[in-house]
Amino acid sequence: MDSKSSPFILSLLAFSIVLLLWELTVRFSGWSEHVFPGPSIVIISFCELIANGTLFKHSVASLFRVTAGFYLAMLFGIPFGIFLGRLETARLFFNPIIQFLRPISPLAWIPLSMLWFGIGDKPAVFLIFLSSFFPLVVSTTIAVSSINPIYFQVAANFNFSRSEVVTKVVIPAIIPEVVTALRLTVTIAWLVVVAAEMIAVQSGLGYLILDSRNALRMDYVMDGMIAIGIIGLFLDNIMRKLGRTDSAFWGSVV
Amino acid sequence: MEHIVIKNLNKEFINRRHARRDSDDSNGFGKSIPVLNNINLEFQKGEMVCILGPSGCGKSTMLRIIAGFDTSTSGQVFIGGRPVNGPSSDNIFVFQHSGLLPWMTVWQNVELGLRHMEDKEKKKEKVQEYIEMVELEGFEDHYPYQLSGGMQRRAELARAIVVNPDMLIMDEPFSGLDFLTHMKLREEVVNMHELFGKTTLVVTHDIDDALVMGDRIVVMGGRPSGVKLERKLDFPHPRNFEKEAELRELRDEVFLMLGVSYAV
Ligand SMILES: Nc1ncnc2c1ncn2[C@@H]1O[C@H](COP(=O)(O)OP(=O)(O)O)[C@@H](O)[C@H]1O
Ligand SMILES: [Mg+2]
Repeated sequence: MDSKSSPFILSLLAFSIVLLLWELTVRFSGWSEHVFPGPSIVIISFCELIANGTLFKHSVASLFRVTAGFYLAMLFGIPFGIFLGRLETARLFFNPIIQFLRPISPLAWIPLSMLWFGIGDKPAVFLIFLSSFFPLVVSTTIAVSSINPIYFQVAANFNFSRSEVVTKVVIPAIIPEVVTALRLTVTIAWLVVVAAEMIAVQSGLGYLILDSRNALRMDYVMDGMIAIGIIGLFLDNIMRKLGRTDSAFWGSVV
Repeated sequence: MEHIVIKNLNKEFINRRHARRDSDDSNGFGKSIPVLNNINLEFQKGEMVCILGPSGCGKSTMLRIIAGFDTSTSGQVFIGGRPVNGPSSDNIFVFQHSGLLPWMTVWQNVELGLRHMEDKEKKKEKVQEYIEMVELEGFEDHYPYQLSGGMQRRAELARAIVVNPDMLIMDEPFSGLDFLTHMKLREEVVNMHELFGKTTLVVTHDIDDALVMGDRIVVMGGRPSGVKLERKLDFPHPRNFEKEAELRELRDEVFLMLGVSYAV
């Protein structure tokens, strides 16, 4: 393979090798297909789940929760991060609390969130919100406080108003870092939603996996996992495209 | 265009850096470090003033205080009789490294100072006129990172001069440029000064820059630093060291003052 081979072909090759190893392991392990189904069975049942709409229904349910929680986290986390980044006193005041809450896994909040929000979408959305909110606040705060002070001097020199400082300096300056943070965060949110759905709800890919395990359908479990992987890739791609405009990418070319 | 008086200006910085573990008992934290010591200067309106001095002697600090970005510890700066209190678009600062906003195009940067102008057509004309004046036509939609160093400085000059400020303050505007770009830009700044007659303060570490451009030169030095020499230069442009014996002598004097015993 020379360096000219396209990344697409290489990733296709990698996936083929995994499929092959999977098939070989199944053949030679001697395990029952109920315990360790091979790729052919999984692919057939995957098509089945697509055809009867199950996979679509559960994917939409999961995506809805991630989107809702993630948007809420963006809506509150980024402005809060900007506020903390601009005001040192506020930063010193809130930072200990944030640093204390941040390492607590969102999954540890499951009991409380079920108690507070009951059963259904709400506790799951709350967990997603928690998982995304703290990383977004921290990254935004760091991004804002590391803006080159020259840009604020330019703003003062041209008599920018407070709101102009935010819209014309702070926000464009932090876009590259915030896009990176969003990419990392959406991955975490996606990890958390699946876990949350194993507890509080009756739909979603997490529920599909749990329910299939209870029905001893390991092929459906694997279908769920594959769907999770595919959608995760897709989410990452969307986030990457978000930052791909000239004025947002000013920082990447130095 | 106003005349500038700097009166008994002092500036101290508070040391915020903790010293390494094994230094002497007083680690210097919280101690004040004097940088500018009793600076008294007066510039006439419309003058091009070149400020020289070894690096770290407080030239940028002084400019920042004049521009209102920083405050003095004691003493005051008066522009047109009024004490400076805060930045204003009457005095535009041209930054040592690029002060262009990197997420805005050349056009958007130059437009910054005119963003409140009512007449959109007139604004467009004016922005275009100044972009053409610094020979950046065709680059209106380029972002700063797509321009060379010299082009970035010219864009910043256009942005500064388009707001018709009373004064331009430039901190080492030619640093980091290659020789030819440096010479060309220097010529442009001199031409611009002759054309608009703005009071212009230029910090430079290049003695020839100061002697070629300045209507007045100020040499700073010492620790904390004070004014070591101030001289009005009444020589016509373009200036030539070969022909002006007095200028040549002054050059030798300044070289000596800055610690180089002979002018190379
Ligand atoms: N914000 C600051 N805090 C503490 N010390 C500073 C600060 N800014 C500058 N200094 C110190 O003041 C001195 C003068 O700096 P500066 O004005 O940048 O010098 P110059 O522009 O002449 O090279 C330097 O010794 C520098 O370390
Ligand atoms: Mg300096």
